[in-house]
Amino acid sequence: MSTIPRMFPAGVTYGGTLPTDGGCACTAAARAASLATPPAPPAPPARDGLFGPYGGQYVPEHIKPVLDELAATFERYHSDPDFLAELEYYLTRYSGRQTPLFLCANLTARLGGAKIYLKREDLNHLGAHKVNNTIGQILLAKRMGKKKVIAETGAGQHGVATAATAALMGMQCTIHMGAEDMERQKLNVFRMRMMGAEVVPAMSGQRTLKEAVDEALAAWLGDAENTFYLLGSAVGPHPYPRIVRHFQSVIGREARAQVLEAEGRLPDCCVACVGGGSNAIGLFADFIADEGVRLIGVEPAGRGLSYGDHAATLCMGSPGVMHGFHSYMLKDEAGEPAAVYSISAGLDYPGVGPEHSHLKDLGRAEYASVTDAEALDAFFVLSRAEGIIPALESSHALAHAMKLAPAMGRDAIIVVNLSGRGDKDVAQVEEMVSAGLVTPPTL
Amino acid sequence: MSAAIHTDMNDMLPEAPVSRLEARVAAANAAGRPALVPFLTAGFPTLDRFWEEMDGLDRGGADVIEIGVPFSDPVADGPVVEAASLRALENGVTLRWILDGLKARKDRYNAELVLMGYYNPFLQYGLENLAADAAAAGVAGFIVPDLPLEEDAEMRALLAARGIDLIALVGPNTSEERMAEYAAVASGYVYVVSVLGITGVREGLPPEVPQTLARARKAFRLPLALGFGIKEPKQLEGFPDRPDAVVFGSALLRHIDAGNSAESFLAAWK
Ligand SMILES: Cc1ncc(COP(=O)(O)O)c(C=O)c1O
Repeated sequence: MSTIPRMFPAGVTYGGTLPTDGGCACTAAARAASLATPPAPPAPPARDGLFGPYGGQYVPEHIKPVLDELAATFERYHSDPDFLAELEYYLTRYSGRQTPLFLCANLTARLGGAKIYLKREDLNHLGAHKVNNTIGQILLAKRMGKKKVIAETGAGQHGVATAATAALMGMQCTIHMGAEDMERQKLNVFRMRMMGAEVVPAMSGQRTLKEAVDEALAAWLGDAENTFYLLGSAVGPHPYPRIVRHFQSVIGREARAQVLEAEGRLPDCCVACVGGGSNAIGLFADFIADEGVRLIGVEPAGRGLSYGDHAATLCMGSPGVMHGFHSYMLKDEAGEPAAVYSISAGLDYPGVGPEHSHLKDLGRAEYASVTDAEALDAFFVLSRAEGIIPALESSHALAHAMKLAPAMGRDAIIVVNLSGRGDKDVAQVEEMVSAGLVTPPTL
Repeated sequence: MSAAIHTDMNDMLPEAPVSRLEARVAAANAAGRPALVPFLTAGFPTLDRFWEEMDGLDRGGADVIEIGVPFSDPVADGPVVEAASLRALENGVTLRWILDGLKARKDRYNAELVLMGYYNPFLQYGLENLAADAAAAGVAGFIVPDLPLEEDAEMRALLAARGIDLIALVGPNTSEERMAEYAAVASGYVYVVSVLGITGVREGLPPEVPQTLARARKAFRLPLALGFGIKEPKQLEGFPDRPDAVVFGSALLRHIDAGNSAESFLAAWK
């Protein structure tokens, strides 16, 4: 700790210690406004871990003490100056925060409506927003004296981020990943192994994220005393949704300051894709109190909205309990989690973070869905228009923004969370193009 | 043994309704043995053989039969129970099939019946309907591993109104204070989980089981059922305080899966 510069409290050290970033909308002033303000402590819910009727801790009794210990650790450190200084250090020096807010001038001109800004989470170390959370949680793990971390991963993005931060902190790391996903995301498996993680295939059921979660949980329970479960999205039993929201809220905190800096006003819409909901809640968190700002979560409609063809949980599901929490979920009549599908391995999950369920019921956020084909179209359009290849997950958010923009005035503003870069998806899309399954649109 | 305590308690409080499960465990203890509580996944290994094995367990002297309601996402179960659950799901088992089957066999079993399953299928069935149908099917208790105290008020109340117990689960890392919180609402028996982690992985019982039992004995006035990892009577030898009931899950499922009858599994315990 002594070698780590203190960056909190106050904006004292920021102006001087950070390099300037070449003059996009993210000026030093915006940076100071966002980074130098410690995150507001999360608002306490009526009962710990509830978002309206959602959330909670639907877990076996023997997990409860472990979750209680984690909750207590989080309460103790989330606003602790030393903890925040260390967090800021790694977010800044390791991940390269803050990420820019980029005005897509070409895309905006092409669509002829609202200005489209991208919050460039793809520029984080490892190419996605996931690292915001893994750094935060691994620092908690350190405070708890854990020596090992365990995590599940879908697309492999969270696994890669976990493996990297575990390597950084010198911790042992085991990643559980569906065998099917390991096949779809071979390079991410190789990356994780390069960084020292053991990658364990989940062989049961559909062999994707749900099975990986089950097996990771089971393995964790076998050695909860020494192991920290590093959860990758704003899901799971309390306190995980609260913790993940907290560490991802840096996205919206920066974006809000940046858009104010660039435009002198708040955006009309904030748009983010929703798998488990972490990048979306991270963007939304600091805008929830700004009632004039529409918050829109975009879910994968896959091949269409019939059973088994999509993973549009909030659009098509209903409340239930799975993986330790109460939220909207996709299930069959007997209450079994539904089979789900999306072109993007990071979005095909039959549940969703409990705070999104609450925001939906309150009407504070809206949830829409976008098909594989629409997401692919956005994937190509952004690449061609701006030279930015988006992750297929993020392409869902972008596709929805592209539908909204033309119907809005030219002075309207949309902020899209570009949660990750598309390099990981290029091989998959190339295969589809070669096989004649898709044709890149001509611009 | 706690059986004596229970009798005293009942004498002191004659108007308190006695749980069928509690009474059944006490009766076994009065006969000088722990109550035998086999766990069998509904619809395993096949739909028909499940009902045959139910009869076998009943004939073989089971005091309580825990019927596993299969769920594809069994966070507290080990590979053996999970595999049995998946097979049962493939066989088409649903909660409704189980309850209808039990209704059709009402009063057939000498053993008391407990349904053990995860919360979501119960929730989707509708908790009120569930309580009514379970009562009609003669079910005496429920075990819901992913429903801890903070979340269980509604289900507990609906079941209690029908005289059905919601059984508390405690484990090696459950503190005495936490056990006391459960003790304030618990009924039936208390399921003491022997291992941290999951069912059916390890051979034998971990060394801290006697301490866990001792803590539970202090906190609860109810009989204690020990489960997870139990196979043979000799595992309990040398325990200063024997559990009032023993639960067999994975070992029994393995025994059945190897082509043996459930009834023969119980023979060693009589
Ligand atoms: C780039 C990217 N965006 C979004 C997601 C979806 O997760 P969440 O909804 O938690 O942001 C993933 C998941 O792997 C991802 O890799």
